[in-house]
Amino acid sequence: MIQLADVSYAYPDSGRFVLEHVDLRIEPGTITGVVGASGAGKTTLAKILSGFIPHVDGGQLSGSVVIGGRDLSGLPLAACVSQVGLVIQNPFNQISGARYTVRGELAFGMENLGTPRDEMANRVAEVAGLLRITDLLDRSPYELSGGQQQLVAIASMLVLRTPVLVMDEPTSQLDPAGTRMVFGVLSRLRGTGTTIVVFEHKPELLHAHADRLHVLAGRRIAASGSPGEILSDPRTDQWGVSATRYTRAARLAREQGLVPAEAPLPVSFEQAAAFFGWSARTRPPSPEDAR
Amino acid sequence: MSIAIEFIDLHFRYPGGVEAVRGVSLTVSAGERVAIVGENGAGKTTLVRHLNGILRPTSGTVLVGGASTRDRSIAQLAAQVGYVFQNPDEQLFASTIGADVEFGPRNLGCTPSEAAARAASALATVQLQDQAGLHPHHLSPSERKRVALAGVLAMQTPVVVLDEPTTGQDARGVEIVAGVVDSIAAQGRTVVAITHDMDFCAEHFDRVVVMADGLVQADGDTRAVFDQVGTLERAAVEPPQLLRLAAHLGWHARPLTPAEFVDASTREPRDPGTRVD
Repeated sequence: MIQLADVSYAYPDSGRFVLEHVDLRIEPGTITGVVGASGAGKTTLAKILSGFIPHVDGGQLSGSVVIGGRDLSGLPLAACVSQVGLVIQNPFNQISGARYTVRGELAFGMENLGTPRDEMANRVAEVAGLLRITDLLDRSPYELSGGQQQLVAIASMLVLRTPVLVMDEPTSQLDPAGTRMVFGVLSRLRGTGTTIVVFEHKPELLHAHADRLHVLAGRRIAASGSPGEILSDPRTDQWGVSATRYTRAARLAREQGLVPAEAPLPVSFEQAAAFFGWSARTRPPSPEDAR
Repeated sequence: MSIAIEFIDLHFRYPGGVEAVRGVSLTVSAGERVAIVGENGAGKTTLVRHLNGILRPTSGTVLVGGASTRDRSIAQLAAQVGYVFQNPDEQLFASTIGADVEFGPRNLGCTPSEAAARAASALATVQLQDQAGLHPHHLSPSERKRVALAGVLAMQTPVVVLDEPTTGQDARGVEIVAGVVDSIAAQGRTVVAITHDMDFCAEHFDRVVVMADGLVQADGDTRAVFDQVGTLERAAVEPPQLLRLAAHLGWHARPLTPAEFVDASTREPRDPGTRVD
C-alpha cells in the first residue's frame, strides 16, 4: 500500500508550495489515475512517489510518504529505486546515454541492481516482446521516433519488476494503437500484483483501465472516486480535466432539457449508447446504466 | 496572404533505405484546413517536412505558392511556411520565451519593435503572456509546445504546419490550440495538421487525409472520410467518438460536434435494435 499523509512540497529556493497537505491512499495491485490541469503538480507528485523528491531534486518536503510500510524519506535513493519505477514525462530524458543499443539500455538498470546476466537477457526479451519493440533491440536509442523512445523508456522500468510503477504521461508520444497496447500491458501487470499510478489526460482510457482516480487541483487532492464518478463530475472543466465527447454531448442534452436532470451522465461508448438510445426502451437512464 | 500547396507524385527515401513516402499527390487550396491522420510510421511527418524544405523529394515535386521547393532555401521557405514540430525541444533555443518568439519575425526582417509586438500578441493568444521573461525550461513540455506555436504565429506565414499540436495538452491546452487553428483559418491562412486526436480533428478541420504505408488512403470532406469505415480500419484510424456512436445507434446523421450530436438526437428515429446492455 502507498500512503501519503499531509505532504507539502516547495522546490529549492522557490519558497512557493506546489503541493499542500496532500493525503492519498493507494491500494496494492490497482491502477490509479491522477488527473488535473498542467501545472497542478502532477509531475511533482510523481517524483515524490518515487523518492526523486527529495533525494534528487531537494527542496522542502514535509509529511510522510510510506510505500510498503517504509517511509521513502528515510531510505537511500537506491532502495527507493528498487521499490518504485518512475517513467518520466519526456522519454528522451529517460534514456541513460550510457549504452549504445536499446538492449544495453534496457539492461542498464538491472546491471546497477546486480541482476544475474541470464536473468537480465530473459527479462529484456520478455518485456520487449510485450511492448513489441523486439525489432528495435539492436538499434541506437537515439535513432528512434518519439513513440519508439517512449516504449523503450517504459520497457526500461518494466524490466526492473518493481512492486510499484509510477508513470508520468506514458502515452504522450504514442498513436491510439500504441496507447491501447501500453494500457493492456499495465492491466496484465496489475493482474500479477503490481501497483500502478498513472498521470494521464485521456479520459476514455482512464475509464477503461483505472480502478480509481484522484484529481489534483489547487495544490491538493480536490476529489477522489471511481473513473465514472470523476469523469462525469460537473467540476471537470473547473479542474482542467478532459471529459469524453459522450459526457459533453450528454451534458448538453441535459442543459437543453432533453433528458431528466437526475440521469447519470455517460463516460464510455457503451454508457452513451444506453443513454442516447434510452427512449427506445421506454424508460429514462437509471443509475445502473452508469455502472 | 493565402497560398496553395501541392505534392505531385512525391517519393521520399531515407538514407537508411526506408521509403517513407511512396507516391503522394495532394493539392491543398489556399485557406483550407486539412488534417492528416494515420498510425505512427504512416509517412505523415515525412510528407509535411517537405513543405519547409527540411526534406527534399527523392522524386516528384512539392509546390508552395505555385513554386517548387527544390529551388528555394529553408530560409526562403520559412517566410511562407511556419512549422511547429512534434517535439518543441527541437525548435526552442533562446534564453527567454519572449526572445524565442521574437526570433522568427526578426529573422524575416521585422523591426525590433514590430517583432516584440508580434511576439507579445502571439504569446497572449497561447495564454503564456506572463511567462515571456522565463527560460523555456521552466515550462512543462505542453507549455513549451505552446511557445513553439506562438513562435510560428508571430511569423504570420500564409501556411502553418502543426505536427501533433494537442499531444500532452490538458483540456484547457487543447482549447487554446483549437482556438489558434480556428483563428489562423479565419484569416484565410492555410493550415495542415498531423493529429492522432480524431475528436479534435472532427471539430476543427474541414478536410481529412488518411495515410498508411507512405500513401494516401482516403481524402475528402471530414464527414465523408470518417464514414469510410473499412479504409479507416485498414489504416488503424478510429473514427471520432460521436460519429461511432451515431453509427452504432443507426442514425442517418453524422454529427461532428456535441452540439450537432444533440441536435441530431432530437430528429433521429429511435431504433429498438440499438439497445446495449
